Parts: sequence; structure tokens; C-alpha cells
Amino acid sequence: MIREFQKVLRQNIREYGMYIALFVIMAIFTITTKGVFISSRNIANLINQTGYIAVLAVGMTLVIVIRHIDLSVGFLAGFLGAIGAIAMASWGWNGPAAVGLVLLLGIVAGLGTGFLVAKLGIPSFVATLAGWLIYRGALLLVTLKTGTIIIDNNFFNALGNGNVPDLLGGIKILEGVHKLTLLLGLLAILYFVYSELQTRRTKLAYNFEVLSAGMLTVKIVFIAAVMCCVTWVLAGYNGISWTLVIVAVVVIIYDFVTTQTVLGRHIYAVGGNPDAAELSGISVKKITFVVFGSMGLLAGLSGILFASRLQSATTTAGTLFELDAIAAAFIGGASAAGGVGKVTGSIIGALVYMSLTSGMNLMGIDISSQYIVRGAVLAAAVIFDVSTRRGRK
Amino acid sequence: MSLDILEMKAITKTFPGVKALSNVSFQVAEGEIHCLVGENGAGKSTLMKVLSGVYPLGSYTGDILFNGTVQAFSGISDSEKVGIAIIHQELALVPDLTVYENILLGHEIRKGIAIDWNETIRRASEMLKKVGLDLNPATLVKDLGVGKQQLVEIAKALSRDVKLLILDEPTAALNEDDCDNLLMLMDGLRKQGVTCVLISHKLKEVIRIADKVTVLRDGQTVCTLDAHQGEVTESALIKHMVGREIDDIFPKRTHVRSEEVVLEVSNWSADTAQRSVLKDISFTLKKGEIIGFAGLMGSGRTELARSIFGNPDGYRLRGEMRVKGVKKNLGSPSEAIKAGIAYASEDRKGNGLVLIQDVKQNITLANLKALAKRGVVDQNAEVKVANSYKTALNIKTPSVEQIVGHLSGGNQQKVSVAKWLFVNPDVLILDEPTRGIDVGAKFEIYTIMNKLVEKGMSIIMISSELPEVLGMSDRVYVVSSGRLAGELPIAQATQEVIMQMATSC
Repeated sequence: MIREFQKVLRQNIREYGMYIALFVIMAIFTITTKGVFISSRNIANLINQTGYIAVLAVGMTLVIVIRHIDLSVGFLAGFLGAIGAIAMASWGWNGPAAVGLVLLLGIVAGLGTGFLVAKLGIPSFVATLAGWLIYRGALLLVTLKTGTIIIDNNFFNALGNGNVPDLLGGIKILEGVHKLTLLLGLLAILYFVYSELQTRRTKLAYNFEVLSAGMLTVKIVFIAAVMCCVTWVLAGYNGISWTLVIVAVVVIIYDFVTTQTVLGRHIYAVGGNPDAAELSGISVKKITFVVFGSMGLLAGLSGILFASRLQSATTTAGTLFELDAIAAAFIGGASAAGGVGKVTGSIIGALVYMSLTSGMNLMGIDISSQYIVRGAVLAAAVIFDVSTRRGRK
Repeated sequence: MSLDILEMKAITKTFPGVKALSNVSFQVAEGEIHCLVGENGAGKSTLMKVLSGVYPLGSYTGDILFNGTVQAFSGISDSEKVGIAIIHQELALVPDLTVYENILLGHEIRKGIAIDWNETIRRASEMLKKVGLDLNPATLVKDLGVGKQQLVEIAKALSRDVKLLILDEPTAALNEDDCDNLLMLMDGLRKQGVTCVLISHKLKEVIRIADKVTVLRDGQTVCTLDAHQGEVTESALIKHMVGREIDDIFPKRTHVRSEEVVLEVSNWSADTAQRSVLKDISFTLKKGEIIGFAGLMGSGRTELARSIFGNPDGYRLRGEMRVKGVKKNLGSPSEAIKAGIAYASEDRKGNGLVLIQDVKQNITLANLKALAKRGVVDQNAEVKVANSYKTALNIKTPSVEQIVGHLSGGNQQKVSVAKWLFVNPDVLILDEPTRGIDVGAKFEIYTIMNKLVEKGMSIIMISSELPEVLGMSDRVYVVSSGRLAGELPIAQATQEVIMQMATSC
């Protein structure tokens, strides 16, 4: 049993390393802030702050997997957020219509980048650096007259600040706890246990190697316990935020697409060896368009979440988002050589990154030191990744 | 009897779970050409990596004696210092630098803090003369053919006052002419007193050049044969390498050839903006037939195959192509696959396989849709499919989840073939299907090819190894300088006729 545990740990050290790092970072901040960090209120805030970087990191992961980079998404997000704000404030559009417009424009912008990269063969670094300048200028241009545009739309502002209402609030037990969150957490745990058992059954039916029953029990109990803790902490404040719901939906969709579908496998093949992929009948151009299109869509979503969180569109919205997203993807295990990187990894990377910011803010650490610490963590994460990869050969 | 310049004693090297070398002994006498042969995975490259310090002292057991003293190499630079140079199959030249810059790269001649370019060029020219290469040292390396690049590598090694030159499959990528040059050069070096260790799969050249041959099998030394005692013969080598005798390298097949034409290409020409690549090529391929495309390296065979396979290089094409009688205009490899044509690349690592992915993902890559329902891949079925090919093609891998980059060359080739079998094309183009793989794996590839044509598939085989072309083809087309130099029924094809045609244009 212990030997199996060691073996599983050794085989998956890269993946587990990130979770362990996140756990250690959270534990350290919980101690140094005397528990304030892990409080329900702070965690809820942390999740809402991570949201707009997390969705970018998801898209950026795929861009990095196919050996490209996208520097333009930060100001693209800021610019599209401003367009959404203008649609509501000046043109009198309703919230959902503005959201739809922003997402659509995001896709168009992403496909534009895809066109430059795939069709014209311009290196993505250069093409998106040009985009960075253009969108920055465009953001300044549309906010030129008004400066900050205040958004007065309840639907829109709820996306970054609001919480899922407690439909079960009427029940008179556990006063002050968000009951719907507890219920959803419980359902998630049950689904997790069910899917683990189901996977094991299918694998056994095919005579594949599986974990021993004891080991599987340990795994299920451990992860279920972690899920319990998270649920309880979330339920302690206002419950699940809409941002968390949106990010969760994005992650579930992207994780499914990347691990279970033909499209996902084609993306990783293009990243692993574009020439071999092309000769295997995969259109590298098409994949490049799809990946940059999705990046644009998520940049639009990021812009919405950020504008909604501030309840306004500002002239500097989106500054450095792209670099935060790139850092999150690399902390999450993406490889600049292409073909490697998981969506879930990047989410953990984003959480690690934003935890650092949040924790150090709570501790009152100076911003100059914060940058240095974040840089050191990024370097350490990549060093760990490279050395474990070499160790496995 | 001259002195041993090198003696490796009782070398054992283990990787986690595998004993790559077990108690290997290897002795090389000064001034001789010593060949090291063995099947893929026999441990030749591992042994040379131990010798050159890639695996440092402490990661193996045993002793290395060089010039009579025990050596302790902790890196490649240590072995270079005593005069050991290794030339790998994958060339280590910088394509965008000139020949003279490459030759003295890492050992630049300085005048003060700046590089003395005049002396550099003089020195480089001297080395080029030594390897018999007559070219302007200011040429960029990328403008040279593989054969000449190989010679530049050797010039680079010679410039460092090498005492022991190790060549790891130097001729695998060369055509017959370049091979010949290289072997003649090695002969010349021998006369100048340079000791050479040659790793090669081409037994003919081993027989031609070797003073001694050491055979490795499964990480152990089988024997050392002395050519001057007449011990080095093809049958002896094969017997020791595989541990059994192979009577016929090319398995027999029953011909089920029909007259139905599956592929007909007529007046096919391809151009780039600068030059003409293919000119007026016409050929036909019948159902259940293997046709061989022979010719020199760079004669346009690969370009022809790729232009048929959806033209990924974007040549301007003229001419007509019919698949099963229907005129086709294929704009991409994916359209070609749909039309029933598959192309297994000559360059497995460069554009054949995704090396960082596992065996099953590579096998299913070109036909994932067959395993998918509404875009979702059935990953359990995928493992089953991969396992069935693993068994059918005898792919030696611990599991189908093994990363392809960790497999040996022969097994990588089988994965590459398996990928196209899963597509089940009508026409399979195999470009150099046995390059750099050992006798045993070659035999297996040939057997697979035979089974496929017996089932009614048609195969186009491009090969630079003439015995293979003669042994496997039903008909032979010879390509020379982008033109078709001729078509030969197998009964009339001999090595001499083919070589004559190949050099005719």
C-alpha cells in the first residue's frame, strides 16, 4: 500500500507538485495572517479576483500548446469591456445583449490574429505585439471623451460581484450558512465518487491497470475531504459567486474538449509536431484559427468579468493581464516547446499566482517586494517542471 | 600486433528497470577501423555514450582505458580533451553559419580578444583538403547536401587533433556515391593513423572497410571478428547479430496482382517560384502491387510522393492524377487521406511522429474520427485498437502508453506504419521504410508489406537501398533529377541498370 502510494506519487509528481505548492502557499498565508486569508470572505474575494485572469489563462494554455503566444489579450479584454460599457451606457442596450456583443467581437478579434498568424505566417509574438498596441490605443480612444464609464446595469454587474441566491435559505437549520452551496458541494462530491467508480469499472472491463481498492479509497476520501472543506468555506460567506460559476463552466468545457474530443487531440498533435500533424491530415491552419478564436472569445469574457467587477470601464483596464495569464499557464505546467499543458493546471497556476497577490496584500507587503516574490515563484515553478521532466526520462 | 588505443572493460550500465549494457568488453587497436554492429537496442549507442562521457563516471561500472591509462570522464569535454570525437547520426552543425565557422566552432582561433578570421579560414581549408572536400569554405552549411555536411563534421573533428573518431551510422542518410566517398575517406584516415569506430547497419560497407568487427546483442558482447582472418562475412554477421540465420532477407509473397489501376499519374510536373522540381512524370500503380522508386538522394522521389499526397509544400502542379479512375485534385494531406492515399514519411522524427506523445495517440492520430462519436473520442476503444496493432506488428514497447520518443528506430517505424494501417488506405506510400533500422526489424517490415498487398493494398516504396528495391518491388521506376529515367519490370532490373539510369539525367 505504502509502496503503491510512493509509486503513484512518483509518477504524478509534476501534476501533484502544483496542488502541493498551492496548499503550502495557502497554509503559509493562513498562518501569517492569523486565519484572515482562509476566511470565507477573503476566499470569495480571491476567487472573484482570479476569475478574469483564470479565463485568459485557459485560452493562453492552448495558444502556448500550439507553440504560439498572445500578447494582445490584456488590452483586448480592456477594450472589449469598454465597448460593452458603451453599449449599455450610451446605446441603451440591455445586459445580455452587451455581453453577447462583446463575446462576438472577441471571437472576431481572435480570428483576426489567427489570420495574421496562420494565413500570412507572421510570428505570433510580433502579430500580437501589434495587437497590444492597437487595442491599447483603441481603449484610450473610446474612453477619450468620458474617461471612466460607469456601468449601471444589475445583470452585468452581478457577473463580477453577485452570488447565486440561496434558494434554500428558508430552511431553518444552520443559520447564516449558504444552504444551496452546501447542496451543490454535496452533489459535486457524489458525482466525483460515482465517476471515479464508473471509470474503474470500465477500465476493469477492458483489463486495464487500475489502482488497488485500498488506494482508490484513500484517493476518494482525501479529495472528497478537500471538496468538503472548500464547500464549507464558500458556504460561510455569501455562497457561490457568479464568477465562480462562469469560470467553472469554462474550465469544464475546455477540459472536456482538450481531453476527450478529436479537436482537443488535434490541438495537442499540432503542438507536439506540426509537420507530422499536417501529414496526418490535420489542418494546422484550421487549428490555429480555432485556438486564436477561442482566445479572443475568452479575452471578451475576461473583459466582461473585469468591467463588471469594477462596475465601470476604465482607461487602464487590462494592463498586464496577458502577462499574468502567461505566467499562470507556465506555473500550471505548459511548455514553451509546445504540445504540453493542461487547462486544469493553468487554473491552479492562476490560483497560485492570485493567492500570492492576495496573501501579500493582507500581510501589507510592499508592491515592489510582491513583484519580486511573484517572479521568484514563476522561476521556481518552471525549474521544478523542467527538472521533473528530465528526471522521468 | 599494434597496441590497443582503447580498452573498455566489463562495462555495465543500467537504466531504471533495464540493463542496457551488461559486462561489455570492447578493444580497439591503434590505427584500425573497428566496426560495431548489432540490432537496434543492442546497446551500441549506449556504449558510445559511456565512452564519450555523455553518461559520466559513476553512472556505470567498469573501466575505460585510453592509451593505457584509466579515464574518468565526467562530460563530453573531458573525452574531447584526450582526443575522442563522436559524430552522431543527427548532424550537429549550425545551418546558417559558414563551413569555416562551423569547423572551428567552440575552438575559435583568437588574436587578442577577437577571432582571427584569416587564420580560421586557412585552417578550415586545410581540414577540408584533408577530407577531400573541394568547396569554398565561406559556403553556408545549409546549402550543402547531407553527404558534404557529413564530411564537414569529420573535418571539424579532425581540426581538434582527434585520435579516436567514432562515427554513429554516418551513411544511413547518404546515397551510394556519398557512401563511397565516405568509405574512401575513412580508408585515407586509416593510412594517416587515425583510429575509427564505425557503427553501421549496412553490412556491405562493414565488410568492405572493417579491420575488426565487434557484435553486440541484447547489451552483451557476442564476439569480435577479425577481417584479416576472413571471419567477416555477411552470413556470419547476421547470424551473430540476430542469434539465428536468416536465409532470405526478403520474405516471399504470393502475388494476387490484378490489372485494376488504382493510381494513375500522368505528365506530372511541379515547380517552386525559383526552380522546377519535377518534370513530366507518368506512372501507374495496380491493385495489390508494390512499385519501387529508386534514385539518388535529392532526385525528387520524396517531392513526388508529397506532391501526390495533397501537396503540403505548395508546389505549382501541372498534370493529371486519377485515383481508381476518378480524376482528383487534392489540395491538402487530409483530402489525400480521404481519397485513399497515405504517406509514411522518410523523416520519422522530423515529420512522421509526434515524439512527445504516446504510442496509442500516434497510431490513432490520422483517423481519430473513426473512434469518435459526435467529436468525443472513445479512449478505451483507442487503447484496444493500439494494442491490436502492437500485437499485429510486434511493436516492442512495455505498453501503448509509452512515449514514442523512447522507442528504438525500428519500433518507431512500426508505429508510423501502424498509423497508416489504421486509416486503411488503398495506396500506401512508404518513404525509406527501413532507414536506420536493424535486420530483424527490416524483415518484419517487409513481411507486413507483403501481408498488405496480399490483402489488396497497393504500395509505393521509395528506397535508396537497391537490394531492397530489387527484393520487394513488382516493378521499378527510376527517378533522376526530377524526371523519370525509366521503368523496369523486376526481371530486367539489376543494381547496375538502376544506377546507370539514376545517374543518366
